[in-house]
Amino acid sequence: MSPNVTLAIIAGALVACGVYLITERSLSRILMGVMVGGNGVNLLFLVASGAAGGPPLIGVTPKDEMSDPLPQAMVLTAIVIALATAAFLVTMAYRSFQLNGHDEVADDVEDARIRELAKADEASDSFEEIKFSDTGADVVSE
Amino acid sequence: MINAIVIAHLVVALCAPWLVRKIGSNGYLLMALAPAVGFGWLVGLGPLITTGGSYTESLSWIPQLGVEIHYQIGLLQWLLALIVTGIGTLVLLYCRWYFEGVANPRTVGILTAFAAAMLGLVTVDDLVMLYVFWELTTVFSYLLIGYDPTRRANRSAAMTALIVTTTGGLAMLVGIVTLGQTAGTFSLSAILAQPPSGTLPAAAALLMLVGALSKSALVPFHFWLPGAMAAPTPISAYLHAAAMVKAGVYLVAVISPAFADAPGWRLAVGGLGAATMILGGWRALRQNDIKLLLAYGTVSQLGFMVLLCGFGTQATMLAGIAMLIAHALFKATLFLIVGVVDHSTGTRDLTKLTGVARKMPVIAVVAGIAAASMAGLPPMLGFIAKESALESLTYLAGPDGDGTGLPALPAVLLVAAVVAGSVLTVAYSLRWWWGAFADKPKLAELDVHRPAAGFVLVPILLGSLCLVGGFLGGPLTDLIEPYAATVTTGHASHGLALWHGLTVPLWLSLLALGLGGVLFWQREAMGRVQATFPKVLGADELYTLAMKRIDTIAVEVTARTQRGSLASYTSIVLAVVVVLAGGSLLFTTHWPASVRPYDYLPQVVIGAAMIVAGVLAATSRGRVRALLLVGATGYGTALLFLLHGGPDLALTQVLVETVSLIVFVMVLRRLPKYFTNRPLQSTRWWRTVLAVLVGASVSLLALVAAGARVAEPVSVDYYEAAYTFGYGKNIVNVTLVDTRAWDTIGEISVLVIAATGVASLIFLRSRVQRVRPREGDAAFGARGLWLRASGALDPGSRSLIFEVITRVMFSVMMVVSVYLLLAGHNAPGGGFAGGLVAGIALMIRYLAAGRRELDDAAPFDAGRLLGLGLAVSVLSAITPALLGGKIFQSYDLKLTIPGWEYLETPWGPWTLFGEMHLVSSTIFDVGVYLIVIGVVLDLTRTLGAGIDIQSEQDQAPVPQPESTRARPALPSEEDQVIRYTTGGGRGHYT
Repeated sequence: MSPNVTLAIIAGALVACGVYLITERSLSRILMGVMVGGNGVNLLFLVASGAAGGPPLIGVTPKDEMSDPLPQAMVLTAIVIALATAAFLVTMAYRSFQLNGHDEVADDVEDARIRELAKADEASDSFEEIKFSDTGADVVSE
Repeated sequence: MINAIVIAHLVVALCAPWLVRKIGSNGYLLMALAPAVGFGWLVGLGPLITTGGSYTESLSWIPQLGVEIHYQIGLLQWLLALIVTGIGTLVLLYCRWYFEGVANPRTVGILTAFAAAMLGLVTVDDLVMLYVFWELTTVFSYLLIGYDPTRRANRSAAMTALIVTTTGGLAMLVGIVTLGQTAGTFSLSAILAQPPSGTLPAAAALLMLVGALSKSALVPFHFWLPGAMAAPTPISAYLHAAAMVKAGVYLVAVISPAFADAPGWRLAVGGLGAATMILGGWRALRQNDIKLLLAYGTVSQLGFMVLLCGFGTQATMLAGIAMLIAHALFKATLFLIVGVVDHSTGTRDLTKLTGVARKMPVIAVVAGIAAASMAGLPPMLGFIAKESALESLTYLAGPDGDGTGLPALPAVLLVAAVVAGSVLTVAYSLRWWWGAFADKPKLAELDVHRPAAGFVLVPILLGSLCLVGGFLGGPLTDLIEPYAATVTTGHASHGLALWHGLTVPLWLSLLALGLGGVLFWQREAMGRVQATFPKVLGADELYTLAMKRIDTIAVEVTARTQRGSLASYTSIVLAVVVVLAGGSLLFTTHWPASVRPYDYLPQVVIGAAMIVAGVLAATSRGRVRALLLVGATGYGTALLFLLHGGPDLALTQVLVETVSLIVFVMVLRRLPKYFTNRPLQSTRWWRTVLAVLVGASVSLLALVAAGARVAEPVSVDYYEAAYTFGYGKNIVNVTLVDTRAWDTIGEISVLVIAATGVASLIFLRSRVQRVRPREGDAAFGARGLWLRASGALDPGSRSLIFEVITRVMFSVMMVVSVYLLLAGHNAPGGGFAGGLVAGIALMIRYLAAGRRELDDAAPFDAGRLLGLGLAVSVLSAITPALLGGKIFQSYDLKLTIPGWEYLETPWGPWTLFGEMHLVSSTIFDVGVYLIVIGVVLDLTRTLGAGIDIQSEQDQAPVPQPESTRARPALPSEEDQVIRYTTGGGRGHYT
């Protein structure tokens, strides 16, 4: 099968734009990246499905002139899901503005704390020294 | 039956909390019924077992792997099962008084479940099932020891027991798998009947020994057992006298007849057994807590029993099993008496207990009997068992080590070690009784309350068995002998009896008793001697150090690998794509033989425009600008779909793109105009490089993947199948609602979840909204309006043309949407496209006249629509199965309306309705249609109306002029509640 170079190039270019945006900190930019990249990925299905053809409608297009229907069904599923995901992400960005006044994805504070523990060569919070005391004296009040 | 008994235990365990809540502590008496029935049934098996028979029962479980639940109760299994159920019954009865007034039904329930696992463990024949029961006892014991998670002692003891015994359990699992593979069966009885020989099975047996040693708390795993004393005393009594620790002894006793000759086996069993016996006794002498003293005593006895059962001569096996029975009886008695003393005096500290014997003479006598049995004093059961043990060991010092090939010196050392251990046993037995009951003149008198009669009944019963057993040497020998005889190595034992004449074992016994008495008499001097021993690093400290080291290593690794930055994570993932997937391009030889530059020239033009739009979107700073450019790539994609021959795709893509644009604009109106301005960083260049590399990899991989295709596409049969089985001409639609309908079910579920997620991010407390369009608005539906709700709008934000167009277009769009839904099976369209059109129609109503207009157009909650759609889809999927077909099977109903098929005209018949096909999968598509409308309605109501309401209440972010930031919303009362309950929110960590 000889693939369509134009479609492959468009797909790659859109994915590249998406990647550039996804590695941003601003959630709305990440969202744009997901959408652009998603369009690129959907085009890959066209590359994989072979040559262009007539619409896959019985009675309209003869069988051997038809484009492959299976990738189309998959992409149809993908674009509707992309809509739902995008709506969820944009709401998250809104919520972030509502709470923090910006939509930048901050570094995880827990990870920073673990780095401090590592620097001090300490064990994690969940670690407990084993003490075999049966006296009940060391009741932990929490 | 045995399976039913195990299950009955589990049922009782589940009912425990309910039972105890209903009828109080007496519930424990009812719970004791489960093991009692088991005990009675086992007693009934007695005649069969004692005449050399065995009871078997099978249940198929994983036939593909040859795993079945196969029980086989031989003599050893029968004895162990009697101990497990008998002592289990008595301990549960005892709990009735011990836990009186203490709400602890969960712990006792788990104890019953533990008894079930233990019963299964000693009766099951399949090694895989044995492992399952084995680990179940571990898990239940974890829960039992850690019954009070607020106490650090319970937590750490439970965790230690879990880690130590599962580590051993894992070794055992490896051993079991190896043994099963080399023997070709997992049946224990089959393996024992024909043990495989060679290095691998020997190694497997040693690995199983590791499991047994860890479970039975032998050196170097012994330290978990004293810690486990943090559990309530009846639990300790059951786990450490009758059950958990006996599992290891049982396993050793079962496999040693076949594997005792494996290299290293006798060394491990003998060396570790003797070391454990001495170490446990030595440390028991130092304890002041009478329960902890017993715990170390248990460690010591376990070493002794494993040594005997594992050494693998006829005489040691007989002695080992006799010891096992004797130990179960006296140790259970002693633990239960500790419980009584603790309950009556409030302490277990022997530096405080005094004069208890005077207050509880009967208990003191029973305690004396049990302690005498432990010390090996005639005429107790413990004495005759120990006699036979010493006898069996003296044989080892004979020629050829009694068939084991053990040289003389190690054999003598072994005997000496066991005698030394017995000396210590005598000493700590005396110390225990003295500590618990004796008068200590220097101590203040204790306030002792008399225990209830039922409470002391159980220890009295068990204790008297220690005495009676001593006179039953003959019958006991007859009972155990057949199992001991399965061992072919060495002499037969002289049997269990109180008097064998003036033999070496008797002298050794007397020596142990005498020296033990001296040790106890000189206990203060002994204590001074013990104190002079240098403190060495114990196994428990090594364990703690190891655990701490593991934890700090985990912290180091986490700190290095988890940077906490989303951008760095995605970059790593994408870099891996470039290196692995992209890098593989360097080595591939599957480049396509030929390529097509394009199918149609317009593809190139559209593509160029899309790439320009994409690059501009990536570099744009303005939100709306970037959004429109992203939209341009989306519409371009739709055109490419159309050119490629996918009208359904193109239609859906255009609709989706439109909906997203509107949704985004609804949100972006409350966000700052520009993205956050970040200083120009070097990372920007890295990101560009990464983006270009990923893009290039994707393009080239697409070419290689498509070019490497050799097989026929799977969809080649869809052409016929779509019409024959799906009764539709639009193959893409038939694929969605029939061929790959499971996929669509998954997809619509995602839609429902995402819509719910969006709604809950805005409405926080409840996704259900009250929809009352007409309430409290006089202007609603006034005369002369094109849209009923527009009268309420600010005149400045109204657009008459928009209102007119909306009024006209709404009905048209709804009709089109229904047409797309119904026609979709044979022509472009379908539930997705139809639903999106209807959704856009609703969005337009909102855009033209606000949220009241939307409520008027759709006067119901979007969540109900989503639920209805999901229900319709699922019902249409499973209904065929109820009618005898398959899930998602399609039916074609042919429908004609008589007289309306054709219109007879002078020019020939003109088709009116013709023969209509009502394909059942259309109903599935209706579900999809409803869900898509629900999603769009939900998005509009949430991001449109919801944000409107938040703005009115000052809850929306306010973009700051000349800034990329917004003023956050003033926290509302509702919001604060959420933050309080989730612990998250603004400034929580900073």
